[in-house]
Amino acid sequence: MLSLGFAPGFLTRAAAAADARKRLLIAVFQRGALDGLNMLVPFGETEYYRLRPSIGIAQPGRDNGAVDLDGFFGLHPRMAPLKPLWDKGLLAAIHACGSPDSTRSHFDAQDYMESATPGVKSTRDGWLNRYLQATHSTTPLQGVAVTRQTPRTMQGRAATLAFAGVDEFAIRDTMGSARAIEDSYSRTADSLLSGSAREAFEAMGVLRKATAGSYQPANGAEYPRTPFGRSLQEIARIAKADVGLEVAFAESTGWDTHVNQGADNGQLAGRLDDLARGLDALTRDLGDRMADTVILTMSEFGRAASENGNGGTDHGHGNAMMLIGGPVKGGRVYGKWPGLRPDQRFEARDLAVTTDFRDVFAEVVTAHLGAAQAALPKIIPGYGTSKPVGIIRV
Amino acid sequence: MTQRGRVAAALVLGAVLAGSTLGAAGIPKDREAIEHALNRLAYGPRPGDVERIQQVGLSTWIEQQLHPDTINDSALAARLPQQPARPDNFADQMEARRWGRQSVQALSAEKVIRAVYSERQLEEQLVDFWFNHFNVFAGKGRTSEWIADYERHAIRPHVLGKFRDLLEATAKSPAMLFYLDNWLSADPAAAERQQELQRQRAARLGASPNAPPQGQQRRRGLNENYGRELLELHTLGVDGGYTQQDIIEVARAFTGWTITPANQANRPAAAALGGRNRPVQQPRGAVQEGEFRFAPMLHDTGEKVVLGHKIKAGGGIEDGKQVLDIVARHPATAHHIAFELVQRFVADEPPKALVDRAARKFRDTDGDLREVVKTILTSDEFFKARGAKVKTPLEFLASAMRATGRDVPGDGRQMLNALTQMGMPLYMCQPPTGYDDTADTWVSAGALVARMNIAQRIAGPQQATSIGGPEFQRR
Repeated sequence: MLSLGFAPGFLTRAAAAADARKRLLIAVFQRGALDGLNMLVPFGETEYYRLRPSIGIAQPGRDNGAVDLDGFFGLHPRMAPLKPLWDKGLLAAIHACGSPDSTRSHFDAQDYMESATPGVKSTRDGWLNRYLQATHSTTPLQGVAVTRQTPRTMQGRAATLAFAGVDEFAIRDTMGSARAIEDSYSRTADSLLSGSAREAFEAMGVLRKATAGSYQPANGAEYPRTPFGRSLQEIARIAKADVGLEVAFAESTGWDTHVNQGADNGQLAGRLDDLARGLDALTRDLGDRMADTVILTMSEFGRAASENGNGGTDHGHGNAMMLIGGPVKGGRVYGKWPGLRPDQRFEARDLAVTTDFRDVFAEVVTAHLGAAQAALPKIIPGYGTSKPVGIIRV
Repeated sequence: MTQRGRVAAALVLGAVLAGSTLGAAGIPKDREAIEHALNRLAYGPRPGDVERIQQVGLSTWIEQQLHPDTINDSALAARLPQQPARPDNFADQMEARRWGRQSVQALSAEKVIRAVYSERQLEEQLVDFWFNHFNVFAGKGRTSEWIADYERHAIRPHVLGKFRDLLEATAKSPAMLFYLDNWLSADPAAAERQQELQRQRAARLGASPNAPPQGQQRRRGLNENYGRELLELHTLGVDGGYTQQDIIEVARAFTGWTITPANQANRPAAAALGGRNRPVQQPRGAVQEGEFRFAPMLHDTGEKVVLGHKIKAGGGIEDGKQVLDIVARHPATAHHIAFELVQRFVADEPPKALVDRAARKFRDTDGDLREVVKTILTSDEFFKARGAKVKTPLEFLASAMRATGRDVPGDGRQMLNALTQMGMPLYMCQPPTGYDDTADTWVSAGALVARMNIAQRIAGPQQATSIGGPEFQRR
C-alpha cells in the first residue's frame, strides 16, 4: 500500500460529502443509434405494423408480444425485467425525443448530444462537465466515467476521472519504484504536475480504502457478464463507497442495426436484453440509494420508421429515452406522440421529434441535481428558455 | 544592450538565417540546448544522441532535420511492418470495414515505430502536427479505409513544402471528403438535373423509371461542414474574420468535389444500373484523380463571393481551387498557422513577437513551411523555452522507449493500448479540431496514473522512477 504523503484535505472533503450524500445521476449512452420504436413499441399504432412487417414487435397478449405499459406503448419483450420498476412508479420514458438538428451522422449527432449544443461543433466541453464546473466541484470523484477515455459528455475544465474499473485506477508497484515516483511528485516545484498527482493519489487512496476487498453486489443483483454489465457494477461500487460521486457515465455499444436486426429475438433483442438486465441489476444493487438516483438513457438519434430491404433499419431522427429512479415521476410515457403516417413523419420517413433532448437534460440538472436555473445558460449554452417535461418530482 | 545594439544583433541574426545554412550565431552549443532540441524537434534523446550532435554541431543537425531527404533512414525501413494494400473492390460493407480496421491498426503501429526509430525525427513530429491540424477520425464511417493513404500521400509529402499544396491535397483526399461530408454536398438544383439525366439513361437501358439506381437515393443538398472547418480550423482560424455567408459561398464553390471508387470511375452510370461495363463518355469538366472526382453534375455553377473576392460563374473545379488560393494567402491564415506551430514547438502561450516573425515569413515565402519552421526552431524564444511544454502521450511513450533503449515489442501494436490508456488513441480523435496541444489537456489524475504504470512497464527500477516522475513529463 502506498503512503498518501499529502495533507488529507481531500479526505476531509470526502468525509463531508459522505455525510451529505449527494444526489446521483447515472448517464447511459447507447452508441450507434438505438431503434427506439422497437425498444418502446407503439403497438397501438397500425402504421407501425405496416412499416415493419418482418421486424415489428407483436401486440401484448400475442406470442412474444410487447410488455404492455399503458395500452398504447409497450416494452420489447426482452425488456420485461424492467416492468416491475414501471409498476412501482420508478420508470418513465419519453418518446419522439431528440435533437433539433437533423443530422443522421453518428459522429455529429453524438457530438451534439454529448456537448448538448446541437448544430455547434466548436463546443469543447461536455454538458456534465459544465454541470460540475457550475457547481464548483471539489474532487474528481464527483464525476466518474467508467470508460477508458473521458467521454465527450465529461470532458472539460472540471476534474473528472475516467477508468475502466476501480482496480485499474491504481499504481502498480511492478518495479518497486511506485513510492519513489510518488515522492518525486510531492517534491517537485512543478505545481501543475504536483497538483494533478496529488488529486490522483488522494482519489486513489480514498477509492482504495472505500472499495477494499472484492465487490459483492447487494440484494441478489446479477449483472450481465458483459462490458456494459461490468461498467454498471463499477458505478454501483463507487456510489456505495460514498466518496462524493454525483455524475457517472457508462456506455453501451452495438445499436447500429442496419441489417437483420430481428424482432423479439435476434441482434437488437440481444442488446436490449443486456441493457435491461444491466439496469435491473444496477437498481437492485443500489437498493434504497435509488431514492436519490436517476438513471438516464440516451442515444444519438432514432432509426427510420420503416424497415429496410435487409431486415434492418437505417438512420432516423426521433427516439426514446428512459429515466429510472426515486426522483422520477414514473409509470408514464411522456412527450407528444406525433404518429407514424407519412405526413406525420420527419422528412416523410422518420419518427418526428416533439421533445428536445435538452429539455430532459435541463430538467435533470436542475430538478434532480439541484443546479440553479440561472446556471442553465452555462451548462446548456444556446438552449434558451427551459421547457421542463415534468418528469422529475420537485 | 542598447536599442541600436538590439537592432544590429537582430539584423545579423536575420542575415544568418536568410542564408542557405544556419550559422553558429544565435544557436547555443551547450548540452542542455542540444537536449532541448532533441525534446522538441525529436521524440527525445537516445543514449549517445547528445554526443553525436555535439560532433556535427547543433545548427548543422537542425539544418539536416529540415532536409529529411538528406538523412539516411534505411534502419527504419527495415523495421516498418508490411502495410495491407487497399483492394480495388470489397465484397460487402463488412469486408470494407474489416479492412479499414486492419489498416488503421497497421498505420498506428507504424506511427509509433517511426516516432521511436526514424532518424528523420522532425519530419515525424511535423507529420503528427499536420495530421492533427487537418484531423480526420478513423471511427467515422468509411474514413478508416482511406486514412493510411491520407497520411502517406496528402500529409507527409508536404510537411516541409508549400502550405497551398498541402491544403489542396487534403481537400481532395477521400478521407477528408468523407469525414467532413463534402462528398455529399451538391447544388440542390444540380442534383435534380442529375436525377433527371439518370432517369433518361435508365429508360434507355430499359430499367424501370421508378427505381432510382443504387446509391442515388440519398437526398442531396448543400453541406456546409467542410466549408466551415476549412475556414475555422484549416486556414483563417475562428477569429479570422469570415461570416456565415462566406461559409455558404465556400461550400457552394466545393459542390461536386466528391469520391468515386477507382473501379467505377469510367463507367458510373452503366455500372450503377447493372448495365454492360463499357466506358461512358465523361461529362464536360469532370476530373478524376485517384478516387477524387469533380462531378460537374453536382456543382453549383453560379457566381460566388468569398471574403470579398468574386469567383466568376462557370468555373467548375477552378472555383474550389480559387477558394484555396484566397484562404491560403489570407493574412489571418499566416497568423493562425504561425501561432499553432509556435504553440507546438515553443510554449502553450506562444510569444507574440515570434508568432509575428513566423507569420511574416509565411507571407513573404508564399507559405513555405520549411522556412516558417526554421524561423521558429532557430529563434531565441525557442531556446529559452526549455521544459515549458508537457509531453503528449505519444511523446511520453516514444521518448521513454528512446531514453531506455528498449525495443518496441513485436510489431508495435502493444504500444497502442498504452496510448489509449493515456487518452490518445491514435487516429481516433473524433472532433475536427484534433487533439489539443496544451498541458491542461494531458495532465489529469487518471492520465498521470496511467503514465506512472506505463513507466514501470517500460523501464527497469532505476529508470522507472525518472520516467514516471514529473521532469520526464515535460519537454
